[in-house]
Amino acid sequence: MEPLLTVEGLTKRYGRRLACDGIGFSLDPGEVLAVVGESGSGKSTLLSLIAGEVAADAGSVSYRMRDGETRDLDALSVVDRRALMRTDWGFVRQDATQGLRMAVSAGGNVGERLMGVGDRHYGRIRATALDWLARVEIAPDRVDDPPTRFSGGMRQRLQIARNLVTAPRLVLMDEPTSGLDVSVQARLLDMIRGLVAELGLAVIIVTHDLAVARLLSHRVLVMRAGRVIETGLTDQVLDDPQAAYTQLLVSSVLAA
Amino acid sequence: MTLHATMPLLVFDNVAKSFTLHLRGGSVLPVIADATLAVHPGECVVLGGASGAGKSSLLKMAYGNYRCAAGAIRVRDRDRIVDLATAAPREILGLRRTTLSYVSQFLRVIPRVSARAVVEAAGREGGLGPEAARIRAGDLLARLNLPERLWALPPATFSGGEQQRVNIARGLIAERPILLMDEPTASLDAQNRAVVVDLIAEKRAAGTAILGIFHDADVREAVATRIVDVAAFRGATAA
Amino acid sequence: MNPQGPLSVTVSAGTGYNFAYLDEGTKRMIRRAILKAIAIPGYQVPFAAREMPMPYGWGTGGVQVTAAILGAADVLKVIDQGADDTTNAVSIRRFFTATAGIATTTRTADATVIQTRHRIPEAPLAEGQVLVYQVPIPEPLRFLEPRETETRQLHALAEYGLMHVKLYEDIARHGHIATTYAYPVEVAGRYVMDPSPTPKFDNPKMDDCPALQLFGAGREKRIYAIPPYTRVRSLDFEDHPFRVQSFDRPCALCGAEGVYLDEVVLDDAGGRMFVCSDTDHCETRRVETRRDETRRADGHTGEAA
Repeated sequence: MEPLLTVEGLTKRYGRRLACDGIGFSLDPGEVLAVVGESGSGKSTLLSLIAGEVAADAGSVSYRMRDGETRDLDALSVVDRRALMRTDWGFVRQDATQGLRMAVSAGGNVGERLMGVGDRHYGRIRATALDWLARVEIAPDRVDDPPTRFSGGMRQRLQIARNLVTAPRLVLMDEPTSGLDVSVQARLLDMIRGLVAELGLAVIIVTHDLAVARLLSHRVLVMRAGRVIETGLTDQVLDDPQAAYTQLLVSSVLAA
Repeated sequence: MTLHATMPLLVFDNVAKSFTLHLRGGSVLPVIADATLAVHPGECVVLGGASGAGKSSLLKMAYGNYRCAAGAIRVRDRDRIVDLATAAPREILGLRRTTLSYVSQFLRVIPRVSARAVVEAAGREGGLGPEAARIRAGDLLARLNLPERLWALPPATFSGGEQQRVNIARGLIAERPILLMDEPTASLDAQNRAVVVDLIAEKRAAGTAILGIFHDADVREAVATRIVDVAAFRGATAA
Repeated sequence: MNPQGPLSVTVSAGTGYNFAYLDEGTKRMIRRAILKAIAIPGYQVPFAAREMPMPYGWGTGGVQVTAAILGAADVLKVIDQGADDTTNAVSIRRFFTATAGIATTTRTADATVIQTRHRIPEAPLAEGQVLVYQVPIPEPLRFLEPRETETRQLHALAEYGLMHVKLYEDIARHGHIATTYAYPVEVAGRYVMDPSPTPKFDNPKMDDCPALQLFGAGREKRIYAIPPYTRVRSLDFEDHPFRVQSFDRPCALCGAEGVYLDEVVLDDAGGRMFVCSDTDHCETRRVETRRDETRRADGHTGEAA
């Protein structure tokens, strides 16, 4: 099977600091890859590089488009790239205020992508928004409330609905559950797990939480100081870590 | 009986496993060396030996949970042979869908998912249709005497024995040629141990190759077609 | 529009100011921006707006555009909320009378340049006329997207989904598109534009208009334009099509229907009436009515309807 996403030699330097040093991997359709590491390991930079929000110093990201063609994202026009980002890709951010329009109602937040691809039927947009709110367990009577009136967990669920409404095939997630209460986290993780399986999404999830990686991902990439320290099957890396750093990371977690 | 006449489904070929403990100055802990073993269809090979001898490690290597330091672990996947020691992660994931079942000692609970849904999901992953998965999940949970009022609840709050029965149902629901079992009966009462013994016999009759660890002597006697002492796998040259 | 020769020095008699206040270099700069705006209908052209002898919000953008296009033979009309006699309109008219010595009028048909703050006159505009709008906030996407870098990119790529998010919010909140002024329009099938604080009632008048429409934002330093006979479409949803306000009564003074009415409070007891917002239109109609009545009284046959 041809991979959905191929990342090669991705490098980013901030002054003298290497944020990402020659990162490479590929992702199949429906595959969930967790990128784990401590803060400052370069995992969030990696996500920004893949999304094209930060320009890489070296390396490439190629993606198999909906027409079956694999294209180097750098070679896409700005128009095509932005269109790709708001249809076939999603980006769920740690800080919901970065991923949502806080002054726009929940329905408007979910509907924005539909209007962005040219849907001009209010009733249809609203019905789709309501459907997606239900799927992320947000009550229909909240459809006209802005996310400023939502709890942290609800905001993240709204972000997920907002991203999934165009049926993307690849979703990037940057610490989607951090900063939430444990029970809220569990609910969100379970929802993500269900949606990913149901929709066959490919996901790159950046997390510092190994339990999140274990619950959601097939494969894991351990990063430290901009480099990939270890990679492999998630349970293999977590149960039988080879690198000294991974052993330290795994042994630093309280067993639940 | 021509049990051994067919080709083995799972072969350990001079397998070695050691752990390098970087947090303890890089000391190397050898666990297994020169492990050679074959499991055929319809067989139930039980690993014996003192605890710490590496029984669990062997099972985990067979499921791809642990890496293999040396040797080969060959798994027959329909008409081809895959070496787990060198297989890519995606290949191992593929084998887990089609070929390898694993019943661990403990259920890793998933928040908010009901016992029945946990078992059903495992069935669907193993290729059952939604309806078949639903029916089989109910059958298994009933046979394992899990009270029906618990089926709709998430197993996080269940007792150890109840969780273990969910875990067994989850591991057995799909029809895969190889079944790995790591002390599945440890926290079960006599009645449920007997159920598990029956289920294993049915799997064997269906041609499943089983490799397991059973501490309970009665269960071991009842299910084993062969007992292999892991103490033999210490390696002639091991220091 | 009768521009002076580029090198002529045109000091308005008696005031000591250059013709129409601005120096010729500034006018040329503004004219270049205007030409670019006409060439790219609906596109916001940045320009180096000058300090004017009036505060922001009083039409500094419109005044600069008017100053740049006025010629000695032009006849200027200035309206605020459709009225020629409000403080803002009177001040601007006096300003140009003093600095340019040009003729002014309140009659739409007689004007060559009309500066407006909100309304488009009810009388149809003609070829050769220029309508200059005073614009407070030129960016239609501003309230949803505060980043200028991002709004510029959205315009450049014609990504206008966000504009519909605003209309969606309206319907979600009010059951219909409640935006009644500054209602976004798509110009010549390309750029989405904010028609200043003009009521949406006037949006259809922008479409295929024979007159040139220029928009000046002084504080935000932007000029944009709709050339004559350009397609101007108000954004909407298939199931919530664009509709203008309708008034359930005629003008209390002239009896006009299908025009934009202002509410006038008459007393402290809640007495009020609705009258034409376009004072010139209202007056013209009343004069005509009186003339008809006079004619009839004089025994002439009233052929006017």
